Amino acid sequence: MKNFSQLKKNLKKDFSGLKAIKVAILGDTATQFLTQTLRGLGYDNGFNLEIWEADFNQIERQVYDLSSELYEFTPEIVIVFQSSHKLLGKYNKIKPAQHVMFASTELEAIENIYSNLTNNLNAKVIYYNYTEIDDSIFGNYANKTESSFLFQLRKLNYELMVLASKSPNLYLCDLSSIQNQVGKANFFQTSVYINTEMVLSIDVLPKVATKTIDLINTLNGKFKKCVILDLDNTTWGGIIGDDGIENIQIGSLGIGKAFSEFQYWIKKLKNRGIIVAVCSKNTESVAKEPFEKHPDMVLKMDDISVFVANWENKADNIRQIQSILNIGFDSMVFLDDNPFERNIVRENIPEICVPQLPEDPADYLEYLYTLNLFETVSFSNEDAERTKQYQIEAQRATIQQKFTNEDDFLKSLNMLSLVEPFNKFNAPRVAQLSQRSNQFNLRTVRYTDADIERLVVSDDYFTFAFTLEDKFGDNGLICVVILQQENSETLFIDTWFMSCRVLKRGMENFVLNTISSFAKENGYTRLKGEYLPTAKNEMVKEHYPNLGFEKNNTHWELNIENHKRRKSFINSK
Amino acid sequence: MERNEILKQVNAIFIDTLDDEDVVIEETTTANDVEEWDSLTHIQLVVAIEKHFKIRFTSKEIQSWNNVGEMLNCIQEKGI
Repeated sequence: MKNFSQLKKNLKKDFSGLKAIKVAILGDTATQFLTQTLRGLGYDNGFNLEIWEADFNQIERQVYDLSSELYEFTPEIVIVFQSSHKLLGKYNKIKPAQHVMFASTELEAIENIYSNLTNNLNAKVIYYNYTEIDDSIFGNYANKTESSFLFQLRKLNYELMVLASKSPNLYLCDLSSIQNQVGKANFFQTSVYINTEMVLSIDVLPKVATKTIDLINTLNGKFKKCVILDLDNTTWGGIIGDDGIENIQIGSLGIGKAFSEFQYWIKKLKNRGIIVAVCSKNTESVAKEPFEKHPDMVLKMDDISVFVANWENKADNIRQIQSILNIGFDSMVFLDDNPFERNIVRENIPEICVPQLPEDPADYLEYLYTLNLFETVSFSNEDAERTKQYQIEAQRATIQQKFTNEDDFLKSLNMLSLVEPFNKFNAPRVAQLSQRSNQFNLRTVRYTDADIERLVVSDDYFTFAFTLEDKFGDNGLICVVILQQENSETLFIDTWFMSCRVLKRGMENFVLNTISSFAKENGYTRLKGEYLPTAKNEMVKEHYPNLGFEKNNTHWELNIENHKRRKSFINSK
Repeated sequence: MERNEILKQVNAIFIDTLDDEDVVIEETTTANDVEEWDSLTHIQLVVAIEKHFKIRFTSKEIQSWNNVGEMLNCIQEKGI
């Protein structure tokens, strides 16, 4: 991790061409260093963060005065940083009788700030939670005393989590966990505080900025979807090919503990929706044996979406895994104990994230915890199903090889699609797919839960969510289209994105048939589409011409009156 | 450590922290003489010097220096 001085040097670099994001910072202590660190780190992450910083202690004035500079700035992200120091100051000033109510009162104030911000801005709010200060008035007894500061601070942190779980545009940045990691003596530096009114030490600034940028990355669709595991000395101790199944180290004894705990971590990631793949230099049958037979293995074959074990080089194998999963290299993490393999992969596939696992396996987990690799801004039930879906995909790929004629193959799948407008049941998945879809995404407009609620009640928008199931299984909701009424003749395709899981099934044709029928039935004559290129959506560059749209300046148009239905083997459910 | 040597090392910290290769400090240099040396970079310099020499200044010391020479006195008082 770069230190503050190094990040500050980024400020002199050329930010043009980087993705610009307007960020407002509201703090109750001075935030200049934080601002510089965020902007510097933003550069390394491909962002031009245009940061507007309120004078410190101006939070309420900026939030409650609708003519304030904050609203004039119209940020996309508002960071609110109310420090534990100031919190303690407030606690000190109120009457002791009010101490038991302190957290509730503060929470109410935060709720008001949040609702004012989101009612008056189209912005996400990042709120820094509270680092712990024990004022040592009660000692351990503070834990039994509701009116103690420690009790109230911890209660407030808990209540903030409850509030965030109910507030779609509120994201907590977990400062408290950073302080747990580095210790209070490193987090807070009295000389900095006394001389500058800043509560973050110079050394902790990059960590706080990283945690914040992790959120901003994820809100912009940049996050990890897959972890690829080496086996020998990464997933278990020892070398299966040499030591044999009875001698590999795993289970509750000695260093075996470290590998078992590592496997539980991977299993939890899988349950959260991270795809787990294996890439090992081994004979396949030998590599699979522990997964099938070893009683102490936490990971089973069921947990692995793609299993590649052979003697080819790992970079090629990872390319193969990538082509099966159809996700970007930059959304993959490769874990391997061997520095040589790590270097080969890193050199050949620079986009992939390859952590420098420590030499001692006992340190793997503690090290991985500090990296915060798997930040996310959503979690739905479908996430847990993902492994199964990719396993089915691998199965489909095998069947497809048997058909020489593509139409016959598609017909044999018995595909069904349910088409519905957005509703409260599908909205979370729509929002999630909107964050995740990078490749098959024509305009890459990201929608959150709250945006979707707005669309549903608007008269100018028509929304479509498509599912796809076939004889192998249910892919769930995989495609979204949002149409905007431009005038009485024309519907503009504001959004069209699709999960890459269902490429090459003729879904595009089915979707176009569906929306052109809808347009016709409602008296429109023209569909208008637009392709906005990004670093990732090259795949759909020719999407509209392929579907018969004609070019009109920067847009693509389809006259629906002459439009013939396109060939599709998908039926409406 | 020789006072001159301390000055040399502190000068290097100034160059790195202020990100300016041309900064030359002397005993009599004050914040007014160096463009980038303001109240914010001051604390950054202090923290960098503390780290480099493995010493800690008190809040009072940090606010007491009128020029680089007084800062050097303070460093030397800590046994450097």
